[in-house]
Amino acid sequence: MKIAFSLPGLLAGARDILPFALGAAMFGLVLGLMAAQKGLSPAEVMVMSATVFAGASQMVAAELWTAPLPALTIVMATLAVNARHLLMGMTLTPWLKPLPRPLSCFSLFFMVDENWGLSVARLRKGEGDVAYLLGGGLTLYPVWIATTGLGAVFGGLVVDPAAFAMDFLPLALFLALLLIFWRGRASLLPWGTAFGVALVAWMLLPAGWHVLLGGLAGSLAGGLLDDA
Amino acid sequence: MTLEPLHLAVIAGMAAVTYASRLGGFLLLAGIEPGPRLSRILNQIPGATFAALIAPMVVQGGPVEWAGAGITVLAYRLFGQVLAAVLCGVIAVALARLLLA
Repeated sequence: MKIAFSLPGLLAGARDILPFALGAAMFGLVLGLMAAQKGLSPAEVMVMSATVFAGASQMVAAELWTAPLPALTIVMATLAVNARHLLMGMTLTPWLKPLPRPLSCFSLFFMVDENWGLSVARLRKGEGDVAYLLGGGLTLYPVWIATTGLGAVFGGLVVDPAAFAMDFLPLALFLALLLIFWRGRASLLPWGTAFGVALVAWMLLPAGWHVLLGGLAGSLAGGLLDDA
Repeated sequence: MTLEPLHLAVIAGMAAVTYASRLGGFLLLAGIEPGPRLSRILNQIPGATFAALIAPMVVQGGPVEWAGAGITVLAYRLFGQVLAAVLCGVIAVALARLLLA
């Protein structure tokens, strides 16, 4: 496997993430609005976006944000929602390992669902340019900070997300990302397991754990039971 | 533009556990060469993670959203492109809501 880290790879990552940047922008506006209603200032919203940079966990934090502030609950919920990044980082290890360690650690700061999904698919096809991940992340990063900040400042002006079916956008985007990894009937067992375990975890456990647990159960079922 | 110390402390805690999660999996595996079984499991992670991610969204939807999801899948099979699939699904849901409202 040839590993590269080039400007063309960076730009390809930036280009391919664009449809997802639109989704992130919509989500960012809604999140900013919600966070402002819960008592976070626009500056705080932008600091959170710049340092956490993980939409679903920021949404859960905003929902939990009440006075007096349940600090530990919010940090634990963030860990629950974002623990899936452990699995995500594992899948990228073969390509990140040959890079200088500071560069791989820097790239991983910008790993979110969208650029990770696109990167794994591309790297597994044999295109070993790891800058693709960072290109996608660096494109989403300013969009995310700006739109969450805008949502917090101009919250009252944001239109109802149900208009234009923008509330359906996350499902459509993640469904499309899922489909990239379809490998015929061999995918049914791991995906079905992941879906089912995630639903049970979602109904029984505190917010967020369903992604890690479903993802783990599905990967184990697919990897251990199916010897394809 | 205000920055409250307690708010910043919570945000710092969120940032710390998040970056630890982003680094942790990589640092854990960077020192080892995965065998065939671990490789098979790692191969399944992307599909399983996205399947787990959408599970609550799917059950929280209704017939319109399920039909929109079906159209997204069809469009992806037809065009093999993320953007086209997402656009078809979102437009279908918007139209359906307009017509059914």
